[in-house]
Amino acid sequence: MGSAEKEEINVLKHGLVPDHRLLSREEEKETLEELDVGKENLPKILKSDPAIKHLEKVHGDINVGRVVEVKRKSRTAGIATAYRLVVKRE
Amino acid sequence: MNQSKGISKRIGSIQFAYMSPEEKRDLSATKIITPDTYDDDGFPIEMGLMDAHLGVIEPGLRCKTCGGRVDECSGHFGHIELAMPVIHIGYVKEIKKLLRSTCSECGRILLEEEKTTEYLDRMEEMREMGGSPLDIRNLAKEISKDARKKGRCPHCNTDQPKIKLDKPTTFREENTKLTPKEVRARLERIPDNDLWALGINPDVTRPEYMVLKVLLVPPVTVRPSITLESGDRSEDDLTHKLVDILRINQRLRENRDVGSPQLIVEDLWDLLQYHATTYFDNQTSGIPPARHRSGRTLKTLIQRLKGKEGRFRQNLSGKRVNFSARTVISPDPWLSINEVGVPERASRELTVPLKVTPMNLDYAKELIKRGPSPSTEDGEYLPGVNYMIRPDGRRIKVTETNAEAVAEKAEPGFTLERELKDGDIVLFNRQPSLHRMSMMAHEVKVVPGKTFRLNLAVCPPYNADFDGDEMNLHVLQSEEARAEAKVLMRVQEHILSPRFGGPIIGAIQDHISGLFFLTYDNPTFTREEVVSIFSNLETDRFPEPVEEDGNKIWKGKDIFSYFLPDDLNMEFKASICQKCETCDKEECQNDAYVKIEDGQLEHGTIDENAVSAFAGEVVDKIARDYGTDAGRKFIDQITTIALAVITLRGFTTTIEDEEIPDKAENQIESVLTDAENKVRNLIEAYKDGELEELPGRGQKETLEVKVMKELGKARDDAGKIASKHLGLSNNAVVMARTGARASMLNLTQMAGALGQQAIRGERPSRGYEERTLSHFKRKELGAESRGFVRSSYKDGLNPVEYFFHSMGGREGLVDTAVRTARSGYMQRRLINALEDLMVADDGTVRNTADKVIQFDYGEDGIDPMRSKRGDAVNMDDVIREFKKRGE
Ligand SMILES: [Mg+2]
Ligand SMILES: [Zn+2]
Ligand SMILES: [Zn+2]
Ligand SMILES: [Zn+2]
Repeated sequence: MGSAEKEEINVLKHGLVPDHRLLSREEEKETLEELDVGKENLPKILKSDPAIKHLEKVHGDINVGRVVEVKRKSRTAGIATAYRLVVKRE
Repeated sequence: MNQSKGISKRIGSIQFAYMSPEEKRDLSATKIITPDTYDDDGFPIEMGLMDAHLGVIEPGLRCKTCGGRVDECSGHFGHIELAMPVIHIGYVKEIKKLLRSTCSECGRILLEEEKTTEYLDRMEEMREMGGSPLDIRNLAKEISKDARKKGRCPHCNTDQPKIKLDKPTTFREENTKLTPKEVRARLERIPDNDLWALGINPDVTRPEYMVLKVLLVPPVTVRPSITLESGDRSEDDLTHKLVDILRINQRLRENRDVGSPQLIVEDLWDLLQYHATTYFDNQTSGIPPARHRSGRTLKTLIQRLKGKEGRFRQNLSGKRVNFSARTVISPDPWLSINEVGVPERASRELTVPLKVTPMNLDYAKELIKRGPSPSTEDGEYLPGVNYMIRPDGRRIKVTETNAEAVAEKAEPGFTLERELKDGDIVLFNRQPSLHRMSMMAHEVKVVPGKTFRLNLAVCPPYNADFDGDEMNLHVLQSEEARAEAKVLMRVQEHILSPRFGGPIIGAIQDHISGLFFLTYDNPTFTREEVVSIFSNLETDRFPEPVEEDGNKIWKGKDIFSYFLPDDLNMEFKASICQKCETCDKEECQNDAYVKIEDGQLEHGTIDENAVSAFAGEVVDKIARDYGTDAGRKFIDQITTIALAVITLRGFTTTIEDEEIPDKAENQIESVLTDAENKVRNLIEAYKDGELEELPGRGQKETLEVKVMKELGKARDDAGKIASKHLGLSNNAVVMARTGARASMLNLTQMAGALGQQAIRGERPSRGYEERTLSHFKRKELGAESRGFVRSSYKDGLNPVEYFFHSMGGREGLVDTAVRTARSGYMQRRLINALEDLMVADDGTVRNTADKVIQFDYGEDGIDPMRSKRGDAVNMDDVIREFKKRGE
């Protein structure tokens, strides 16, 4: 505690946190076209979300407006895929 | 998406503001000065509370302000000039906030100039960034909180005395009372620029308006007077309150003007404040509510709006509707599940609009000519017409005398209000409406009597029984509504429930017992019996008989098979299955393995697992694979047959059904005595501290667990002994084993022993000091003193046992009551959160703003109604199908 260095926990490795993956610009375009969903109608994820912070360690700064793919375990479908738009906190 | 189709204007924002005295005077149609309402001739008094300028409530009269008649003029406000200002009860909090955060001398906000500017800049930025009004209000709150901390004005250096609110409306400054007049003066002193920081927009309002100089008088249409049969007038509660205000106002003005002693004037002023306060809210804490002469508390403005009986929840969120009926329900096995029996009385009152066209003109005239309440020569119900409506909206009542004449006047374009007739589509509903099956579309069947009637197979979806339950019926009024209801809401479309992906409509109780007797061990029926059974159906065909000893006889399983589709193949275990270690399948000794091959019931007994609501496999498969028409027909037919069979056989249950041989009773006695001895030994061991502790438990806990286990086993053993003597020749057992009603536990509790009673999952332990009842020794832990009931229901319980049993029973009742209340509230909140979500054409779930909530409905895109207990496909079925094809 105190001034000692805090060990960063990678939330993405936690079993209860679903997989997050940053879509490339091409993938993003394809996915949105296939879903026929406007970007503004996607569910959101804050840029300050721990999951995004960890993705940024891999991909560098993730701009607002990018899309991440979230794959979570589903009781009905096995694995359910969702897409979230990265937004800034108001 | 074009969501705004048909909308030409949209509300951008709404602004609320305190109303100024000038605005009120402008709005007012007349000044009100006298507390009187009507003169001796019954005419409204000028400038009285019922002044004709305030609108009209009596038909025939015209409004003096706008000239409109009763339904043309919605009324106009009046106003009262208050002799002295009073505080508006709704704004005391806001006034307190303002008084505390501004200077008592100069009126400036108690913040340094720089600080104020800084705050104002922050607020401006917020506004520019499109911050919500809520955020801005919160900032204003923060600012006034900051200002409140100062004990001295930074502008004029005056010390700021503490201001206290003496509820409900009296402000005090260091024990000297601030009159509303002084309060108003202080609010007037606050400069416009400081108001911004305090969350008030000075462009539209001023804080001193919170102290009333003028009181608006609502139009008479808001507070109509009622004329009683005796001819006396009875005034609305609001009018009563306004009379009080006017009286005191007048006296206050007179006393003030003649220069009465300050004390008298102040008393009257306080009284005026009291009346003004209770006029707004008659449940203000700290003051007695104003009462009517009869002692009843008055319903004033807030009371009209607030709570379950208030305007919002009573009249806006839910309303009474026309074309509906409510009565007691009773069962009718002769109706189809799709039908509902409607008593004649209700059928005559409820109507369906019938548009007259050139095509049905003759029929329409014929209908009208029948006159009111027509019937056939045999006295049977015929639908008539109650009203004929002309295109201009005029309604002509059809009577005995004018029927002929009205019929002749009927023309295309007219509308008739036709009474209900067989086949009309109506909605039928039982509260609480917890799922979509609580409101389904039925076809009307007009029946004698005074109750709604329904088929017993639709009791489960409505959760209805006939111990006095009432249900509601709504008659659909348009062709579109009828079509929609028939497609989406019809009973047969709800045989499979979206709640659990299985049947919710199906056989219950005697239906199940009846089919058991039809199929168990494949009994034979004579020609007479089969004719009697089939006479209940609309069919002229019979199943094939078999030859036995030269006689034609019918086998029960063949009779049941008659109603199965020809290509139906199924295999499953019946409810009467004993769960043998290795299942003998087709060879089952208990005839409990059901096998249907090509629509023929080859083996097994039809019971709960085959045809019941909730568990019925056969009902499920037929409704799913052969369509809802086939499902409805199947349920209608097998329930009818079941009742015919059980009627033919006769069915009853008696206390003797729980009779077991003396030998068995003795066995049970010794099992229970053994158990009690073992418990005694356990308690000894506990007292000696020799109990081997279970992992994670102490001595006491270990003892309790072991005792509960021992006594639980004793009850089960007693039950098993009793069960040995309770076979399928016993009607009570038939009901329990087939799943028709009750359970084996219920029977063994009647025949064997009741067993341990539990409170919150533990043996009862409280009541008296360290004991459950006063006559037990303290710290006694034995079975008897801690709620073990060794008697059976049949033997009867001793007083101590009875008491413990009541404790358990009470817990059950309380739990259900608490559970329903809690789950009801949870469901209400869920529904409010989810009500405007819908599944879009592409399978995504979206809200009204078109935002995606879920990318695939339920994540798997499966309609739970069409699922097999939640699964998209029934794998067992698929495998069986493939095997069959391979053969
Ligand atoms: Mg009931
Ligand atoms: Zn008017
Ligand atoms: Zn000052
Ligand atoms: Zn078996």
